[in-house]
Order: sequence, then C-alpha cells, then structure tokens
Amino acid sequence: MSSDVAPRQRVKSTGLHIGDAVPGVAKVDPILIADSVTRSFGGLKAVDVEHLEIPRNAITALIGPNGAGKTTLFNLLTGFDKPDHGTWTFEGRSLAGVPAFKVAQRGQVRTFQLTKSLGLLTVLENMKLGAKGQRGENFWAGLFPHVWRKQEDAFEVKAIELLTRFKLDTKKDDFAASLSGGQRKLLEMARALMSDPTLVMLDEPMAGVNPALTQSLLEHILDLKDQGMTVLFVEHDMHMVRHIADWVVVMAEGRVVAEGPPHVVMKDPAVVDAYLGAHQDVDLGVVTGRYAGELTGEASELASEIQGLDHSPDPAGKEQTT
Amino acid sequence: MDWLQILSNTASSIIGPATIGYALAAIGLAVHFGFAGLLNMGIAAYMAIGAYSYAISILTFGLPWWAGILVAMGGSVVFSLILGIPTLRLRGDYLAIVTIAAAEIVRLLFLTTTFDKYTGSADGLSGYHSSFRDANPIPPGTYGFGPWTYNETGWWVRIVGLVILALAVLIVYVSMRSPWGRVLRGIREDEDAVRALGKNVFSYKLQALVLGGVFGSLGGVVYAMPSNVNPGVYGTSLTFFVWTALLLGGAATVFGPLLGALIYWGVMTLLSNILPALVTSGILPFMSTTQAQTLRFILVGVSLMLLVIYRPQGILGNKKELTFVK
Ligand SMILES: Nc1ncnc2c1ncn2[C@@H]1O[C@H](COP(=O)(O)OP(=O)(O)OP(=O)(O)O)[C@@H](O)[C@H]1O
Ligand SMILES: [Mg+2]
Repeated sequence: MSSDVAPRQRVKSTGLHIGDAVPGVAKVDPILIADSVTRSFGGLKAVDVEHLEIPRNAITALIGPNGAGKTTLFNLLTGFDKPDHGTWTFEGRSLAGVPAFKVAQRGQVRTFQLTKSLGLLTVLENMKLGAKGQRGENFWAGLFPHVWRKQEDAFEVKAIELLTRFKLDTKKDDFAASLSGGQRKLLEMARALMSDPTLVMLDEPMAGVNPALTQSLLEHILDLKDQGMTVLFVEHDMHMVRHIADWVVVMAEGRVVAEGPPHVVMKDPAVVDAYLGAHQDVDLGVVTGRYAGELTGEASELASEIQGLDHSPDPAGKEQTT
Repeated sequence: MDWLQILSNTASSIIGPATIGYALAAIGLAVHFGFAGLLNMGIAAYMAIGAYSYAISILTFGLPWWAGILVAMGGSVVFSLILGIPTLRLRGDYLAIVTIAAAEIVRLLFLTTTFDKYTGSADGLSGYHSSFRDANPIPPGTYGFGPWTYNETGWWVRIVGLVILALAVLIVYVSMRSPWGRVLRGIREDEDAVRALGKNVFSYKLQALVLGGVFGSLGGVVYAMPSNVNPGVYGTSLTFFVWTALLLGGAATVFGPLLGALIYWGVMTLLSNILPALVTSGILPFMSTTQAQTLRFILVGVSLMLLVIYRPQGILGNKKELTFVK
C-alpha cells in the first residue's frame, strides 16, 4: 500500500462491452444500469439519459463540457436529486426513489464537486464519521462508551492508514476548516473510502490537487480497482482520463453522446467537436509565440485564428472605458 | 441603599429554581442549536408544556409529583414529533419561523378559556405542591448559611432541580462526545455531506429535537415547581431570555448554558434591586421605579445584540466553533 513503491505497469480492463461501442451499449457485467433518466430545470433538459451501464470493477470516466449534466446525473443516481422520471438499479436492486443515505449505505458512495469537508470537525473526526455500521451512532449506545470504544479504536487505525496514504496524517487533529482547498478534496475522498464502498463516484477529484499528488492519487484510484471497487469519476483533465480510465462516457447537453475505451473515444469526431476541441494536442505556448517550437499545420491554423481575434476588438471601445 | 441585602439577593439567585429552570432550558437549546444547528425559536413553548403538564397531571389527574415530571417529558416528546416531522425536512430558517408560530399556538391554547377547567386560562395554575412537599425527606427547619439559607421546602426544590440539571449535563456531555454527537455536529455544518456518508439525517435531527425538548420541558417543570404556573411567563420574551443565557455562556458548549443562566439571573436580580434603589435615592431622577424594572429588559436586549455581534461563541465557546458566523 505504500506509495514509495515504483508505479506498477497496469493493464487496462478491456472487453467490458457487448457489441459496438455506441452510446448505451450493454456491458458484460454492469454494476449500475440507468434507463430513461431525465431531469429538467424549467425549460432546460439538464439530463436526458436513455440507457447507461457502468461496468463493474473498472474505472469509468464521465466527461463532457461545462453544463453537460454530469453533476446533475451524479445527484440523480445518488438520491440527492429526484428525476422527472426514470429508473436505475445498483447491483440489480432498484435505486429509484431511495433516499441518499440509503444509497450510501448500500455501498454507492460519492464526493462533491464543491467540496464538503466538515470544517468544524477535526480531520480525524471527519474520517471517523465516514465509517459504516457504528454502534455508537445510536443515541442510547452512545451514552455508554464501553459499548463503542473498541470499534472506535479500530476506525481510528483505519482512518490514520487512509490519511497517511493521502498525506494528511500530520493534520489529523486540525479542524478541517484549516485545510487548503486541495487538501479538502483529498479529505473528502479519503472519508468516502472509510465506508468500504462498492462503487465510488468522484466529482472532479483532481481539481486543485498539485501534480505530484495527482500522480500518487491516480495510483490510489487504480488501487481501488485492484481492491475490487468500481470507480466512476467526472474529470476535465484529459491526461488523467487517458491514463487511468478503462471506459469513457461522454455527455453533452444532458445526453450520452459517445462511449468507449479512452483511446477510441478521444478520437471520435463528435467528441472532439463537442468537448475536446480540435487543438487538444497543440502547445498553446508555441501558438502564442511565448515558446520556441515547431508549429505543426494544425497549430499554425490556430495561430492565425488567434491573430484574427487580437485585431478584432474595436479600438474606440477602449477609449470609452476611460 | 442596602448593599448587603442587594448582594445577598443576588448570591441567593445563583441556586434559585428560576436559574436552574433557565439552565435546563438553555441546555436544551444548546442541543438544538449549538450541537445540531436547529434554530429553535420556540423554547418557551417547551417550558410551558413542561410546567402545564406537571401541574395538570397533579391537579386534574391526581398523579404524584414524579409522575407529573414523566408526563411533562412525554408531552415534550409529542410536541417535538408534531413540530419536527413536517418541518425538519426543510432548511434551517424555516424551522425558526415554524417554531415561533408553534410557540404562540401553544401559549394561546393554554390561555384560552375553552380549557379553563384544566389550564385555569388567564389565572394559570397553583396549589399543586402537596404531593411534592409530602415526598420531602428533609425535616422541617431552616438550613444553610449566609444568603443561601432556606427552609426545608426551599432546599427540596433546589435539590431536585440540581439533580435533574446534573443528569442533563451528564447526558449532553457524554452524548456529544460519542459518535452520535459527532453525526449531529456534522449535520450542523453540512447535511448533505453527512447524508452522503450514509447517515439518516432526518432521524438524527428529530432525535436532537426530542432530546433538547425534554430538557426544555424539565426546565419548565423546575421553574414552576415551587410557585405557580402563570401563562404570562411563557411568551416570546422568555424564548429570548433563554437565548441570551445560552449565547452568553456559549451555544456549542456543555457548561456554557449553566454559566449563562447563572450570570443572567445574577445580573437580573442585581439590576432589579439596584435600579429601583437608585431611583428612590434620586440618582436616576428621570424615571419611576416601574420604569426602572422595564429598563432591565431593555438592557437584556442590548446585551443580546452586543453578544451576537462581538462574542458569538459566548464566554466558554471556542472561536473556531462558532456556529452562526460562517
Ligand atoms: N439546481 C439547478 N437549478 C437550475 N439549473 C440547474 C441546476 N443544477 C444544474 N442546472 C443546470 O443544469 C445543467 C447541467 O449542470 P451540471 O452541474 O450537471 O453540469 P456539469 O456537467 O456538472 O458541468 P461542470 O463540468 O461545469 O461541472 C447546467 O446548464 C446548469 O445550469
Ligand atoms: Mg459538475
């Protein structure tokens, strides 16, 4: 479990789907199946998913432009929001209408895009709160510490082990409010793992985490898979998606527009158009002339586009603002 | 001015039934607001339910005094369920509004002449003491020293009150250090985070409402135990007095409510003795003795405002753990 071990070369899970990798394709062993789940806000259809299956014991990335409905879908699947209609099952049991806390108890645990660390609890208390099946969480049992003390100690050991993995062990007695934004993300993720979930749903886990830690976190996420868990995560960092995802689902305007193994999906013209942009491999520094470098055909095309943009603003506009 | 008498009265108030009653109610409020984040603005209703349940059980149903206490506790549980089940699913501020309204309803129900037979409507209730006094093991006589000299009834009320208070403090102290209390403190901050960890947030909030409500009701019992039940007491201002006591000591602390109630009654007794004395001796020539009594409550209001602005965590509170300044 130590992160000092040199990264192991891991094999991506393949052969997850049955038939062509089109949106809504059936999986060999799905853990989560959603059917015609829709949610609108006023006139806006934020989520409109016809059919989606998440493969078991694999790492699935959910990508798509801002406002595509990824977070809303997360909220629906975890019971934090109610769909207009639709059904979904987790490990074969229907989850539609099941309240959020029961969803979590069944082993489908999530984190939030806007971090929800509990600032007025210490880091260690945050962690212990994550543990499942605590005897001391019953009011009457809570009044008799000898009933829950032993279990509590076991949770503490586990919590410190996880905190060490996430490099937060030195902070364990601090209020979570004193952590930095990235550290809170880490704490939230570690806390979710306290409950030994079956399916971990992470909403932008790497946003604001520094590169070195991202590396070791990627390892941890891969570890989760090794330990038999299923991971579904939302992420805008395409390097991360390419590196660890076994399967990628692309959403745009509420719909699943593509899915498949990462290297295939990332080349899908629809995905490139809707999300990645045509210039994903071009170094922006070279294009803008800040760095010396070889301008590929694609890059020079972009460069001329940018030049066009530079000259377009109306010079009169500047004077008006003074 | 008789300073000795003034100081003696003030010292005596420290273990007065009113102080103990307020301390209990403030502990209930600490459970509601300080630990679970429930903005209960109807603590006066809980105290009214306690006092009336106790008195009515004895006067109308002929129950012994201890059964009256149990009925008072049961009454508050029922009230918590009625109040909580429809409202705890809503976000915090709504609970505040609903509890103010509910407290008014409760007060008016006790005040209306419709139930005069049981509640005595505007006259309130009195004369329910015999069962309690019969149970007094202390032989007749006066005991104590200095300002704390009371007769056997005075001591009996104070002892019962202090025992109930000690139990309440113990329960809050232990439960807030347990995993149960940890869940509550998590809910106080972010319900959704706690929900995402598989805890039934609604159930915990209801449990907290019930627990704090029981203490509030017991506060009402102790407050009314030695004297009478007066419907004028249980208005909205009582709620704010208890809030002042709570915020003074520290909302998210176990001993804060105790200290707050003690200081509150100490200062109130002091002022109610000093101000009229100042008026009669001509130092405050611009007011009458009645106005001087009202001035006390104005000062309470001002100090509540100053507290919330400058020291929201109270005397014993941890600055980092203040709950209503984010
Ligand atoms: N509570 C809400 N009320 C109204 N509209 C909402 C609400 N929540 C989301 N939306 C709308 O639904 C759409 C999808 O939002 P969502 O948060 O799911 O996007 P997302 O894919 O997670 O985007 P991002 O990558 O920026 O996090 C957006 O257009 C958003 O404006
Ligand atoms: Mg989002």
